[in-house]
Amino acid sequence: MPEATVRKPRPKFLALHEIRLPLPGIVSIFHRVSGAGLFLLLPFLIYLFDLSLGSPETFATYKAIVANPLVKLVLLGLLWAYLHHFCAGIRFLLLDLHQGVELEAARKSSQLVLIVSLALTVVIGVMLW
Amino acid sequence: MVKRIVVGAHYGLRDWIAQRATAVYMAVYTILFAAAALGLPEMSYPAWHGLFSNGLVRFLTLLFFFALIYHAWIGVRDIYMDYIKPVGIRLALHVVTIFVLVGYAGWAAQILWRL
Repeated sequence: MPEATVRKPRPKFLALHEIRLPLPGIVSIFHRVSGAGLFLLLPFLIYLFDLSLGSPETFATYKAIVANPLVKLVLLGLLWAYLHHFCAGIRFLLLDLHQGVELEAARKSSQLVLIVSLALTVVIGVMLW
Repeated sequence: MVKRIVVGAHYGLRDWIAQRATAVYMAVYTILFAAAALGLPEMSYPAWHGLFSNGLVRFLTLLFFFALIYHAWIGVRDIYMDYIKPVGIRLALHVVTIFVLVGYAGWAAQILWRL
Protein backbone atom coordinates (compact mmCIF):
# COMPACT_ATOMS: atom_id res chain seq x y z
CA MET A 1 0.00 0.00 0.00
CA PRO A 2 1.46 3.38 -0.97
CA GLU A 3 2.27 5.50 2.01
CA ALA A 4 1.03 9.06 1.92
CA THR A 5 4.21 11.04 2.41
CA VAL A 6 3.14 14.55 1.45
CA ARG A 7 0.75 15.93 3.98
CA LYS A 8 -1.30 18.94 3.13
CA PRO A 9 -1.35 21.31 6.06
CA ARG A 10 -4.94 21.28 7.16
CA PRO A 11 -6.47 24.31 8.77
CA LYS A 12 -7.09 23.87 12.45
CA PHE A 13 -9.99 25.61 14.03
CA LEU A 14 -10.04 24.84 17.67
CA ALA A 15 -11.18 28.10 19.19
CA LEU A 16 -13.41 26.47 21.78
CA HIS A 17 -15.47 29.58 22.42
CA GLU A 18 -16.22 29.93 18.73
CA ILE A 19 -17.22 26.36 18.00
CA ARG A 20 -20.95 26.00 17.97
CA LEU A 21 -21.55 22.51 19.22
CA PRO A 22 -24.77 20.93 17.94
CA LEU A 23 -27.24 19.68 20.54
CA PRO A 24 -26.11 16.02 20.40
CA GLY A 25 -22.57 17.29 20.91
CA ILE A 26 -23.64 19.22 24.00
CA VAL A 27 -25.32 16.10 25.41
CA SER A 28 -22.16 14.15 24.67
CA ILE A 29 -19.74 16.55 26.39
CA PHE A 30 -22.14 16.89 29.35
CA HIS A 31 -22.10 13.12 29.59
CA ARG A 32 -18.34 13.21 29.94
CA VAL A 33 -18.25 16.18 32.32
CA SER A 34 -21.00 14.72 34.53
CA GLY A 35 -19.20 11.39 34.65
CA ALA A 36 -15.93 13.06 35.63
CA GLY A 37 -17.68 15.13 38.29
CA LEU A 38 -19.39 12.09 39.77
CA PHE A 39 -16.08 10.25 39.83
CA LEU A 40 -14.30 13.12 41.58
CA LEU A 41 -16.97 13.50 44.24
CA LEU A 42 -17.56 9.78 44.68
CA PRO A 43 -15.57 9.63 47.96
CA PHE A 44 -17.81 12.34 49.42
CA LEU A 45 -20.91 10.38 48.42
CA ILE A 46 -19.58 7.13 49.88
CA TYR A 47 -18.67 9.03 53.03
CA LEU A 48 -22.25 10.28 53.34
CA PHE A 49 -23.55 6.78 52.67
CA ASP A 50 -21.22 5.46 55.37
CA LEU A 51 -22.49 8.02 57.88
CA SER A 52 -26.12 7.38 57.01
CA LEU A 53 -25.83 3.67 57.81
CA GLY A 54 -23.36 3.69 60.70
CA SER A 55 -25.44 4.32 63.80
CA PRO A 56 -28.20 6.72 64.92
CA GLU A 57 -25.43 9.15 65.93
CA THR A 58 -23.64 9.13 62.57
CA PHE A 59 -27.04 9.33 60.90
CA ALA A 60 -27.61 12.58 62.80
CA THR A 61 -24.21 13.81 61.60
CA TYR A 62 -25.20 12.88 58.05
CA LYS A 63 -28.45 14.85 58.44
CA ALA A 64 -26.56 17.86 59.74
CA ILE A 65 -24.07 17.80 56.84
CA VAL A 66 -26.81 17.43 54.26
CA ALA A 67 -28.76 20.31 55.84
CA ASN A 68 -25.93 22.72 55.00
CA PRO A 69 -27.13 24.89 52.06
CA LEU A 70 -23.78 24.68 50.29
CA VAL A 71 -23.73 20.88 50.56
CA LYS A 72 -27.31 20.83 49.34
CA LEU A 73 -26.29 22.82 46.30
CA VAL A 74 -23.41 20.44 45.55
CA LEU A 75 -25.69 17.42 45.98
CA LEU A 76 -28.28 19.01 43.71
CA GLY A 77 -25.55 19.46 41.11
CA LEU A 78 -24.52 15.84 41.52
CA LEU A 79 -28.14 14.76 41.21
CA TRP A 80 -28.34 16.61 37.92
CA ALA A 81 -25.04 15.06 36.82
CA TYR A 82 -26.33 11.59 37.70
CA LEU A 83 -29.65 12.09 35.96
CA HIS A 84 -28.04 13.58 32.87
CA HIS A 85 -25.55 10.73 32.74
CA PHE A 86 -28.45 8.31 33.20
CA CYS A 87 -30.65 9.78 30.44
CA ALA A 88 -27.80 10.41 28.00
CA GLY A 89 -26.52 6.90 28.70
CA ILE A 90 -29.87 5.37 27.74
CA ARG A 91 -29.76 7.45 24.57
CA PHE A 92 -26.27 6.18 23.76
CA LEU A 93 -27.36 2.59 24.36
CA LEU A 94 -30.23 3.09 21.93
CA LEU A 95 -27.83 4.62 19.39
CA ASP A 96 -25.65 1.53 19.81
CA LEU A 97 -28.70 -0.50 18.86
CA HIS A 98 -29.13 1.74 15.78
CA GLN A 99 -32.21 3.38 17.19
CA GLY A 100 -32.68 7.03 16.30
CA VAL A 101 -29.42 7.49 14.44
CA GLU A 102 -30.93 9.77 11.77
CA LEU A 103 -30.11 13.43 12.18
CA GLU A 104 -33.61 14.59 13.02
CA ALA A 105 -34.22 11.80 15.53
CA ALA A 106 -30.80 12.30 17.11
CA ARG A 107 -31.50 16.00 17.59
CA LYS A 108 -34.90 15.29 19.08
CA SER A 109 -33.57 12.67 21.49
CA SER A 110 -30.73 14.91 22.67
CA GLN A 111 -33.28 17.65 23.33
CA LEU A 112 -35.34 15.13 25.25
CA VAL A 113 -32.32 14.07 27.33
CA LEU A 114 -31.61 17.67 28.38
CA ILE A 115 -35.24 18.40 29.22
CA VAL A 116 -36.00 15.15 31.03
CA SER A 117 -32.85 15.18 33.14
CA LEU A 118 -33.44 18.80 34.17
CA ALA A 119 -37.11 18.16 34.92
CA LEU A 120 -36.28 15.06 36.99
CA THR A 121 -33.63 17.04 38.88
CA VAL A 122 -36.22 19.69 39.76
CA VAL A 123 -38.84 17.11 40.79
CA ILE A 124 -36.50 14.93 42.86
CA GLY A 125 -34.68 17.97 44.21
CA VAL A 126 -37.96 19.44 45.48
CA MET A 127 -38.94 16.09 46.97
CA LEU A 128 -35.65 15.73 48.84
CA TRP A 129 -35.23 19.32 49.92
CA MET B 1 -10.72 -4.93 -2.62
CA VAL B 2 -9.85 -4.08 0.89
CA LYS B 3 -9.18 -7.10 2.95
CA ARG B 4 -9.62 -6.41 6.56
CA ILE B 5 -8.03 -8.67 9.08
CA VAL B 6 -9.25 -8.05 12.56
CA VAL B 7 -6.65 -9.12 15.01
CA GLY B 8 -5.87 -8.44 18.60
CA ALA B 9 -6.88 -9.53 22.04
CA HIS B 10 -10.17 -7.62 21.91
CA TYR B 11 -9.48 -5.79 25.14
CA GLY B 12 -11.29 -2.83 23.68
CA LEU B 13 -14.39 -4.83 22.89
CA ARG B 14 -14.45 -6.41 26.32
CA ASP B 15 -14.37 -3.01 28.03
CA TRP B 16 -16.87 -1.60 25.59
CA ILE B 17 -19.31 -4.35 26.50
CA ALA B 18 -18.51 -4.13 30.22
CA GLN B 19 -19.19 -0.41 30.19
CA ARG B 20 -22.63 -1.03 28.72
CA ALA B 21 -23.47 -4.05 30.83
CA THR B 22 -22.60 -2.20 34.04
CA ALA B 23 -24.59 0.80 32.80
CA VAL B 24 -27.70 -1.31 32.25
CA TYR B 25 -27.38 -2.89 35.68
CA MET B 26 -26.95 0.47 37.38
CA ALA B 27 -29.91 1.94 35.49
CA VAL B 28 -32.19 -0.91 36.59
CA TYR B 29 -30.87 -0.74 40.16
CA THR B 30 -31.40 3.04 40.25
CA ILE B 31 -35.06 2.71 39.33
CA LEU B 32 -35.70 -0.14 41.76
CA PHE B 33 -33.81 1.59 44.55
CA ALA B 34 -35.54 4.91 43.98
CA ALA B 35 -38.89 3.14 44.19
CA ALA B 36 -37.86 1.38 47.41
CA ALA B 37 -36.48 4.56 48.98
CA LEU B 38 -39.55 6.58 48.02
CA GLY B 39 -41.68 3.81 49.54
CA LEU B 40 -40.11 4.37 52.96
CA PRO B 41 -42.62 5.83 55.40
CA GLU B 42 -40.08 8.42 56.57
CA MET B 43 -36.40 9.24 56.17
CA SER B 44 -35.32 8.09 59.63
CA TYR B 45 -32.42 5.94 60.75
CA PRO B 46 -34.56 2.85 61.58
CA ALA B 47 -36.36 3.00 58.22
CA TRP B 48 -33.16 3.61 56.23
CA HIS B 49 -31.20 0.99 58.14
CA GLY B 50 -34.11 -1.44 57.83
CA LEU B 51 -34.08 -1.11 54.05
CA PHE B 52 -30.44 -2.23 53.94
CA SER B 53 -30.88 -4.99 56.50
CA ASN B 54 -32.65 -6.88 53.73
CA GLY B 55 -30.08 -9.33 52.37
CA LEU B 56 -31.18 -8.93 48.76
CA VAL B 57 -30.97 -5.12 48.93
CA ARG B 58 -27.50 -5.40 50.43
CA PHE B 59 -26.34 -7.84 47.76
CA LEU B 60 -27.77 -5.78 44.89
CA THR B 61 -26.28 -2.60 46.37
CA LEU B 62 -22.84 -4.15 46.64
CA LEU B 63 -23.17 -5.30 43.05
CA PHE B 64 -24.15 -1.73 42.17
CA PHE B 65 -20.94 -0.42 43.75
CA PHE B 66 -18.81 -2.96 41.88
CA ALA B 67 -20.56 -2.10 38.60
CA LEU B 68 -20.07 1.59 39.35
CA ILE B 69 -16.37 1.14 39.98
CA TYR B 70 -15.75 -0.86 36.82
CA HIS B 71 -17.85 1.62 34.84
CA ALA B 72 -15.98 4.57 36.35
CA TRP B 73 -12.63 2.96 35.56
CA ILE B 74 -13.46 2.59 31.87
CA GLY B 75 -14.90 6.09 31.65
CA VAL B 76 -12.04 7.80 33.46
CA ARG B 77 -9.47 5.82 31.48
CA ASP B 78 -11.14 7.00 28.27
CA ILE B 79 -10.87 10.59 29.47
CA TYR B 80 -7.15 10.12 30.21
CA MET B 81 -6.61 8.57 26.79
CA ASP B 82 -8.19 11.61 25.15
CA TYR B 83 -6.51 14.39 27.08
CA ILE B 84 -3.39 13.14 28.84
CA LYS B 85 -0.66 12.57 26.27
CA PRO B 86 2.59 12.20 28.30
CA VAL B 87 2.93 8.50 29.04
CA GLY B 88 4.38 8.96 32.50
CA ILE B 89 1.61 11.19 33.75
CA ARG B 90 -1.03 8.96 32.19
CA LEU B 91 0.46 5.88 33.80
CA ALA B 92 0.60 7.60 37.18
CA LEU B 93 -3.03 8.67 36.84
CA HIS B 94 -4.02 5.12 35.89
CA VAL B 95 -2.32 3.71 38.96
CA VAL B 96 -3.79 6.30 41.31
CA THR B 97 -7.26 5.81 39.83
CA ILE B 98 -7.10 2.04 40.19
CA PHE B 99 -5.91 2.28 43.80
CA VAL B 100 -8.60 4.78 44.65
CA LEU B 101 -11.35 2.76 42.98
CA VAL B 102 -10.30 -0.50 44.60
CA GLY B 103 -10.28 1.36 47.89
CA TYR B 104 -13.83 2.57 47.26
CA ALA B 105 -14.91 -0.99 46.53
CA GLY B 106 -13.51 -2.14 49.86
CA TRP B 107 -15.07 0.82 51.63
CA ALA B 108 -18.50 0.09 50.15
CA ALA B 109 -18.22 -3.59 51.06
CA GLN B 110 -17.27 -2.65 54.59
CA ILE B 111 -20.25 -0.28 54.93
CA LEU B 112 -22.67 -2.95 53.77
CA TRP B 113 -21.06 -5.86 55.63
CA ARG B 114 -21.04 -4.06 58.94
CA LEU B 115 -24.83 -3.86 58.97
